Amino acid sequence: MAEHIISLQGVTKEFDTKGGKVVALKDINLDIEKGDSYGIIGLSGAGKSTLVRTINLLEQPTEGKVLFDGNLLTGLGSKELNLSRRKISMIFQQFNLLMQRDALGNILFPLEIAGVPKAEAPEKAKELLKVVDLEDRAHSYPSQLSGGQKQRVAIARALASDPEVILCDEATSALDPKTTRSILGLLHKINEERGITLVVITHEMEVIKQLCNKVAVIENGEIVERGEVQEIFKKPKTKAARKLFFPDGDYREKPLTKTSTKNRVRLVFDEATAGEPIIANMIMELGAPVNFLYANLDVLGESQKGQMVLCLAADKETADKQKEYLKAKNVEFIEIDEDDEYGEEVKA
Amino acid sequence: MDTHTLLQLLGEGTVQTLIMTLVGTLVSYLIGLPVGVSLIVTGPNGIKPVGWYNKIMGFIVNVIRSMPFLILMIAFMPYIRKIIGTGIGTWATTAALILAAWPFVARMVEQSLLEVDPGVVEAAQAMGASNMQIIRKVLLLEARPSLLNGAAVATITILGYSAMAGTLGGGGLGDIAIRYGHYRFQPTIMWITILVLVVLVQIMQEIGVKLAAKMDNRLN
Ligand SMILES: Nc1ncnc2c1ncn2[C@@H]1O[C@H](COP(=O)(O)OP(=O)(O)O)[C@@H](O)[C@H]1O
Ligand SMILES: [Mg+2]
Repeated sequence: MAEHIISLQGVTKEFDTKGGKVVALKDINLDIEKGDSYGIIGLSGAGKSTLVRTINLLEQPTEGKVLFDGNLLTGLGSKELNLSRRKISMIFQQFNLLMQRDALGNILFPLEIAGVPKAEAPEKAKELLKVVDLEDRAHSYPSQLSGGQKQRVAIARALASDPEVILCDEATSALDPKTTRSILGLLHKINEERGITLVVITHEMEVIKQLCNKVAVIENGEIVERGEVQEIFKKPKTKAARKLFFPDGDYREKPLTKTSTKNRVRLVFDEATAGEPIIANMIMELGAPVNFLYANLDVLGESQKGQMVLCLAADKETADKQKEYLKAKNVEFIEIDEDDEYGEEVKA
Repeated sequence: MDTHTLLQLLGEGTVQTLIMTLVGTLVSYLIGLPVGVSLIVTGPNGIKPVGWYNKIMGFIVNVIRSMPFLILMIAFMPYIRKIIGTGIGTWATTAALILAAWPFVARMVEQSLLEVDPGVVEAAQAMGASNMQIIRKVLLLEARPSLLNGAAVATITILGYSAMAGTLGGGGLGDIAIRYGHYRFQPTIMWITILVLVVLVQIMQEIGVKLAAKMDNRLN
């Protein structure tokens, strides 16, 4: 049995606000295995931040249990909780560095808190600056660093306590695309080389695609779908997941869609199916054309996936033949319903 | 009055004023700083909310702050006399200054600490910092420039109080201004004491601002 480094059991979180009770999380059950890079994706306000903050109990769940490495965190006294928290680091969208300390001082902070001897701490902090490629900025203050550099300092700070888990709450959402890629690359390396488990909160699919092996889709405080990123990419079951994994809405809005909203399918190609010109062969063999609505190439971690939205033949008979053909060729596809932008939910 | 006597008088007055101001400020901070910190820590968004303490302490601070300094001093004079043996002079005034100024200092400190980014406090909590570590290593250090600016304002305010106390026989420059400048109709002495007070305020302001800027790592 795989080891669960983090386990949430029946976690519910309610906030009492002036406008009444807000249920931010509803009966969340989530197991994260050691070494996972576990993405949690959802729209703004879905409850992602609340969820990740219950893991280190920055947010006390109203109900339910939080386990870390098999030990119950909920109900711990503040001393024991603080000891456990040293093993669960966190990085933030706004970096949250100490503005009055330089880069090195920021990395020293968790070491001071843990009582690491003054003789060893600076050595280790400098080592970590190297890991994040900032050796030459040891004495720069946060106000003198770019966003990407600040996040690198925050990552070095997160590593200082030799954590088993790093929680990332929208860690790249304040950064430009290029910087985002380099930060995601660094996090990926940390996950791979040090075996540190990542919990990655984001509203951006790109982050999940680049960094995560597993993903949970959260909507209105509930996890509606979860699993291996590769699997969900191929066959997202819920509307929420489709909204996130499907190509941007533009192919539905552009004029060509007016002529063709029937019999749409979304196909996914991978290394196994991309070698053969399947669509071209299908058109020639069945003698019926298809309309291309959208196509792109996605990178999921180390693998590539082609994604395509087609409008099949207008008459049902031919369309069914085309679907049969695709099935026979082992192409993963799901149908997109006429009246529904994202298609009906598929039962597992 | 010859120049020599005048200078001696002003010199003594300035020293008395400085003693009252600096000792008053120092002790006010010894009380007001922890109280200000405790107001932040126990507040609704603090790291350890304690509603009843926060309300009671906030109330005491507000009550004392809403009393005009002179009234407060007169009201408390009998008690001060009982405790330290005298109701006039430098030390009695210093005691009154402390009584009036610590709540002011507490609010200044509270205001400075409110400026600390809650995200940074949260990051420290996530790292497993204890509340004491957060107070010492995050709140007070991150707010240092603002605290220093506040200290300059507090010192100047207390200097003003001490000058007012002079009118009640409290010693210092205010005392000189009243006794010579006002009762003996010597406008020159009045204006000279005012000038000295202005210079003192300028110096304190300068020191405070310079120190705060020098200590602020967000600016360089
Ligand atoms: N401290 C709080 N007090 C009241 N409501 C909150 C608080 N924190 C979060 N919420 C509410 O909980 C819901 C989920 O918020 P959040 O977890 O921040 O979402 P996300 O990170 O997915 O954008 C939102 O409706 C938000 O308004
Ligand atoms: Mg959020």
